[in-house]
Amino acid sequence: MEQLKTIGRELAMGSQGGFGQSKEFLDLVKSIGEARSKAEEDRIVLSEIDILKRKLLEPDIPKRKMKEYIIRLVYIEMLGHDASFGYIHAVKMTHDDNLLLKRTGYLAVTLFLNEDHDLIILIVNTIQKDLRSDNYLVVCAALNAICRLINEETIPAVLPQVVDLLNHQKEAVRKKAIMALHRFHRKSPSSVSHLISNFRKRLCDNDPGVMGATLCPLFDLITEDVSSYKDLVSSFVSILKQVTERRLPKSYDYHQMPAPFIQIKLLKILALLGCGDKSASEIMSMVLGDLFRKCDSSTNIGNAILYECIRCISCIIPSPKLLEAAADAISKFLKSDSHNLKYMGIDGLGRLIKISPDIAEQHQLAVIDCLEDPDDTLKRKTFELLYKMTKSSNVEVIVDRMTDYMISINDNHYKTEIASRCVELAEQFAPSNQWFIQIMNKVFEHAGDLVNIKVAHNLMRLIAEGFGEDDDDADSKLRLSAVESHLQIMSEPKLPSLFLQVISWVLGEYGTADGKYSASYISGKLCDVADAYSSDETVKGYAVSALMKIYAFEIASGRKVDVLPECQSLIEELLASHSTDLQQRAYELQALLALDARAVESILPLDASCEDIEVDKDLSFLNGYIQQAIESGAQPYISERERSCMLETTDYHSQDHHEVPSHALRFEAYERPKPSSLPTQASTELVPVPEPSYYSEAHQPISTSSVSERESSEIKLRLDGVKQKWGRPSYQSSTSASSTPPQAANGTSSHPDVGVGSSSLKPRSSYESKKPEIDPEKQRLAASLFGGSSTSRSDRKSSSGGHKPAKGTASKPPKENPIPVQPPPDLLDFGEPTATSVTATDPFKELEGLMDSSSQDGGSTDVMGVLYSDAAPVTTTTSVDSLLSELSDSSKGNPGTYQSQTSKGPNSKEALEKDALVRQMGVNPTSQNPTLFKDLLG
Amino acid sequence: MIKAVMMMNTQGKPRLAKFYDFLVRCLPVEKQQELIRGVFSVLSSRPENVSNFLEIDSLFGPDSRLVYKHYATLYFVLVFDGSENELAMLDLIQVLVETLDKCFSNVCELDIVFNYSKMHTVLDEIVFGGQVLETRSDEVMKAVEEISKSEAASNSISLVPKSVSGWRGGR
Repeated sequence: MEQLKTIGRELAMGSQGGFGQSKEFLDLVKSIGEARSKAEEDRIVLSEIDILKRKLLEPDIPKRKMKEYIIRLVYIEMLGHDASFGYIHAVKMTHDDNLLLKRTGYLAVTLFLNEDHDLIILIVNTIQKDLRSDNYLVVCAALNAICRLINEETIPAVLPQVVDLLNHQKEAVRKKAIMALHRFHRKSPSSVSHLISNFRKRLCDNDPGVMGATLCPLFDLITEDVSSYKDLVSSFVSILKQVTERRLPKSYDYHQMPAPFIQIKLLKILALLGCGDKSASEIMSMVLGDLFRKCDSSTNIGNAILYECIRCISCIIPSPKLLEAAADAISKFLKSDSHNLKYMGIDGLGRLIKISPDIAEQHQLAVIDCLEDPDDTLKRKTFELLYKMTKSSNVEVIVDRMTDYMISINDNHYKTEIASRCVELAEQFAPSNQWFIQIMNKVFEHAGDLVNIKVAHNLMRLIAEGFGEDDDDADSKLRLSAVESHLQIMSEPKLPSLFLQVISWVLGEYGTADGKYSASYISGKLCDVADAYSSDETVKGYAVSALMKIYAFEIASGRKVDVLPECQSLIEELLASHSTDLQQRAYELQALLALDARAVESILPLDASCEDIEVDKDLSFLNGYIQQAIESGAQPYISERERSCMLETTDYHSQDHHEVPSHALRFEAYERPKPSSLPTQASTELVPVPEPSYYSEAHQPISTSSVSERESSEIKLRLDGVKQKWGRPSYQSSTSASSTPPQAANGTSSHPDVGVGSSSLKPRSSYESKKPEIDPEKQRLAASLFGGSSTSRSDRKSSSGGHKPAKGTASKPPKENPIPVQPPPDLLDFGEPTATSVTATDPFKELEGLMDSSSQDGGSTDVMGVLYSDAAPVTTTTSVDSLLSELSDSSKGNPGTYQSQTSKGPNSKEALEKDALVRQMGVNPTSQNPTLFKDLLG
Repeated sequence: MIKAVMMMNTQGKPRLAKFYDFLVRCLPVEKQQELIRGVFSVLSSRPENVSNFLEIDSLFGPDSRLVYKHYATLYFVLVFDGSENELAMLDLIQVLVETLDKCFSNVCELDIVFNYSKMHTVLDEIVFGGQVLETRSDEVMKAVEEISKSEAASNSISLVPKSVSGWRGGR
């Protein structure tokens, strides 16, 4: 450490060399530090980018140099400049064996790339390798990278290894593996939903740190679904008790508090679990009481725990004693000089007030003090508290305060929030209409552009409908007061657009209603509005409509209308407006002026803004016209739904597409090329088939197979929601489809993708079938991405090979897969998620444990699904007997020479043997497992 | 969940910025810079002797809080959501600073600038994927030292990762 320190200092003093940092880097930092302006800084950084671009192009850059370049790249990116030209070098560096370089690479990559970056795919392979490293530091680095880089599509590629690491001997690794799993859960809950039991298990970890880490995912899980974790209440309480009784190692103490962060997390969890649950609340009340007594309120962290207790009590059903303790703690907070504690006190008060409303009264003065405090954060928190304690008795004071504060601040975001709160309170508790309109005017005047447009519409409706009482007199008084206040405010300059809209609307509807103001006065005002805000088309539109209403009411009541000259000129101007909306309104107004009273009255009746307008949605009045058109030879209309139905029936593929997000990457191996169609069987022989088929007998007439495919795709749809095993939806659905009762997987199709592909002879399916053959690189990538699950891959091969119908495959030697054939009902069990403990009785479950490479940890893996998809057709084909015999033969033939699996190469025979072996392993794994695990766990 | 950890000096130059929130991470670099600038402008306008908390929904989305602490020339900033405790976050900053202090014995801004990767190593030991992983600064120090030692060693001996079954299956 000391050495590093001196190096840092040396560098700071300007000497050269040191831990990879060169003079250039130092100069860069220094010159940026001395830059006077942003422009100067930018200039320096841009020239640095130029230098780096050039240097990175040089051949054979020494690794040490490269590391420094990458650090410089990170630095310039932190300053906000694009360093993407160097990303690829950072990616390359993660491949390095040297830990220092690798970690630098990972660091740079995690800072450069986000989850959706294209380069992620290049790192997944390295991460997989590193997760299996012997050096736990490498594993940690990889786990760290996972948390920041893995996206929904790549989760399945690393998930098995991460699950393995949950049992790593180092607690640091276990902790991080849990966090990584938690991250996956946040990113894509479905991808790890079958692994949730692992979190519970890790709660019992010997290491308190790991247990503490487990609380994070559990907190999330409990937030989502409280009821299924109720059984853990007493466990959490006892953990908390042990922590407070200082049963944890001394090293967990922080400022004399035992493991405070664990305590806080536990209290948060207890708050969730005790919410509205009397019995759970009783269980935890004891330990909460203890905490209040024990907590040291002189340290920050002690107060943090106290606050968390208050929060917990505000959620659960507390005993009066606890409530009292909480109130005491709050008053201590409020009396403190620290702004932080006052803030927490106000926050706690706001929470507690919900269960005991009178608690605030004893703290009135403290609250008022906070309201006057220069600290903005505290002020806002206090307003939040006031908002929570508003009643009809205090609404006037509080809302007045709020509006004053709203007017005083510039922060638009908060202004919006507080404005909407004012509106909400005013709507809810308004003591009188006049007051309400006043407040609304104030809000609109000062924050008009910030409030939701709905608020304006609400206000208009409220003025139109009155306050619901059947008191027309009161309503018209309300309207009059609105009109008066609006006429008054209108003269203010620069009103918000939304407010002007409200004003125009109100004046149009009710400006002349009382007879207090003449039509020409109101219309003059409206013309002024349209004139003063001529750039705002919405306001103009409102103004013109308002004018139209004013004139309409005048005409309807039989008075003579004389259009003001400024109004006339406004109309003429708008007739030539660029806005079609304004033009339309102007033309309408013009037309209206020429109509007689009766027509006008039916167009714009007085005070009818609340009347329902009946709309003939079926457009039945057009029926005659349509009939006529059809008779003269027009095409009848087909609704959109019908049209899409027609498409679907012609295209199975599109149906399939709905389930598979088109962007999804595939990390599993591509399926074997399959004959694109049965009628073109000849062509299947041309496709090289490196693997023998196991189901030559599965060849069936086309009609049956297509029927079964249809069935399976239907069932797939139905089962979609049942269970999500591994990441990619299509894959899931394939497993779920195949784990349906045998009649679904009848015949050839054991893999829905394939089934669909071969049923509809779309160009795409033939493309698909060719592609994997063409691109072995991808195949390898995909295979290596799938990590230790070589078996799953060969399984897949066999499954897709299995339903290659007909001649091409039939000629191969019928070397059979030693599938442990089970009666179908048993197989259904594999659809169940997570077998938490492995019993020696069920071979399949053993296999599960094997795939997870840790016998205790049996999340059901995709292998199960694939395996099953193999098994399903077997059980249903007619020649089960012969198969069975072959199976037993082959399993005898390969008695556990597990090492053969280690050989490489795309030999299909070997793959098959491997496959057989692993199945064999599944049956009696205890003897063989260790060799596999040694490799994986290091 | 912790959404971001930032360090910036009193002139607003970012010294370290790490985002954990999915949404923020997917923002382009310029937007992230805007966030940092936004945070700085709020911080720099805060008077002395007020609380260390801020509600910062305007920058980081609803239910975002910010805790900061001012040390000499540096602001340490944590942004997090409602599932964390403000006072505890304040102590987390304390843990971070204490650890750095041990790491560089009497840490100063320059240490942070020149030991960028080490800074991240320390931070990664404390905050992992947006969750608090470790709060014992001694433990963090131990881990960091082990990494440094191992890194130094690996400069001479190159590590060859074992080839493992995943490769075999691929062929």
